[in-house]
Amino acid sequence: MAADGGDGVTAEVAVLGAGMHPWGKWGRGFVEYGTAAARAALADAGLDWRDIGSVVGADTVRGGYPGYVAGATFAKALGWQGARVTSVYAACASGAQAIATARAQILSGLADAVLVVGADAAPKGFFRPAGGDRPDDPDWLRFRLLGATNPTYFGLYARRRMALHGDTPEDFALVKVKNAALGALNPYARYRARVTAGEVAASAVVADPLRLLDICATSDGGAALVLTSLDFARRHGAVRPVRIRAVSTVTPRFPNTVPDLPDIATDSAVSVAPPAETFRSSIARAAYEEAGVGPGDLSLAEVYDLSTALELQWYEDLGLCAEGEGAKLLREGATAPGGRIPVNTSGGLASFGEAVPAQAIAQVCELTWQLRGTAGDRQVAGARVGITANQGLFGHGSSVIAVR
Amino acid sequence: MPYAREPAVAGWFTGEGDGFRLLGTRCPACASVFFPREDVHCRNPHCAGGSLEVVPLSRKGRIWSYTDSRYRPPSPYVSNPELPWEPYALIAVELAAERIVVLGQAAPGITVAHLAVGMEVEAVTGVLYEDAETAWTVWQWRPTGVTE
Repeated sequence: MAADGGDGVTAEVAVLGAGMHPWGKWGRGFVEYGTAAARAALADAGLDWRDIGSVVGADTVRGGYPGYVAGATFAKALGWQGARVTSVYAACASGAQAIATARAQILSGLADAVLVVGADAAPKGFFRPAGGDRPDDPDWLRFRLLGATNPTYFGLYARRRMALHGDTPEDFALVKVKNAALGALNPYARYRARVTAGEVAASAVVADPLRLLDICATSDGGAALVLTSLDFARRHGAVRPVRIRAVSTVTPRFPNTVPDLPDIATDSAVSVAPPAETFRSSIARAAYEEAGVGPGDLSLAEVYDLSTALELQWYEDLGLCAEGEGAKLLREGATAPGGRIPVNTSGGLASFGEAVPAQAIAQVCELTWQLRGTAGDRQVAGARVGITANQGLFGHGSSVIAVR
Repeated sequence: MPYAREPAVAGWFTGEGDGFRLLGTRCPACASVFFPREDVHCRNPHCAGGSLEVVPLSRKGRIWSYTDSRYRPPSPYVSNPELPWEPYALIAVELAAERIVVLGQAAPGITVAHLAVGMEVEAVTGVLYEDAETAWTVWQWRPTGVTE
């Protein structure tokens, strides 16, 4: 057993079905989006809802009590059929936790076929903390004492990259141009129009140096997966299914020396030397080790581009290039369609906007379609290995590696 | 006009003028420093811990990064919606002795145009918001080359 508690490569589970409700601002409830996505995933799997032995819901904090018990909420909406139920929450990483839970149930023999669902109905504008006066809650305190919104942190990271690595606002804009062009090809994306660098530069500054078109919106949307044992998939006619080979849900290591959402300060590194890698790098490394693959094996990556600058950071954290060379990788076209390692072929958050509990699941939907070769005009030729990466506030790592 | 000054958060800073300091806590066993203050147990996983003691943080540090807030943040940030929004800068500051990065608003009048990564700043006290009776105070960062 390794020092980190795991023993390396685990067994695989099959992605038998993937489904989504289009992202947008539809003005309806999260249950409707999640249920539509679930039905699409079941149809894609060729399964009846009654064949599902376990349902795992990724919670939303914006839907009242039904949002905190999302698994049961979706199970009831689909029609009670007695399935085992789980509801999980890990902010932006909720979807990965739901996938991890489903995988553990399948690998331990608790269930053969698990439905994973996440959906959200997001408010307009900045995300904000839950109501009430809660001076012991770091999320409440950062808004109260600093007025530090999520884009505040994105702005800090972007400016830091400019100072350390020489990135420019023009580099950041090129991320948006790339992702918008891909989103224009994705029927599930909220934003379907191509964007020029000039349009990014002309949009209003939100959190210097980032502009409106550098920062992802908040959206309504839903995504679902049907995960099964490999035996179950074979029995249901899937001869060569997409398989999930790793799910990384790691936490940071003390001292965490990058200011992470929603914290007002980092850990102090005065008594313990900081780890050699950042938290984000450790998320990907854990996934690579579990899958037994490396960055050089990847056909594509779906990363959490909360901002354009953060996508460049992920290139480095995933090991697609050396530290500080993210913008160079982008400018070379390596992460664009036809490049060495296309990133965010779905269009990314730039084209979707964030529907928090659905987003990490949606990333795996895109991997699934790419690995099956059914991604249409977005298809990466010969895709064999894909990775997703994401980070949920309060210290939640999220990365999934899928293969075919 | 408010006539009282009260900290917007209890026990995180002390003093006025040159005597102003952020207050953290320090573990007597491993010397790790915590801000915001950790009062119950040391968070160093390698440390058995002990009673944490209050410690003033370095007054000066260097800018790790900075940004600003061009749009009005949502509640619980307190601002008067009837007044035009005045953007403020936010600065993340690295304190060398404590090896910690602390976020804060910049002092009034300091914009991103005044700032650079690596620039020296100092902690000062400022008003976060006012109500009828009280000016609620908070820490702010101000470049050391600037005086009021």
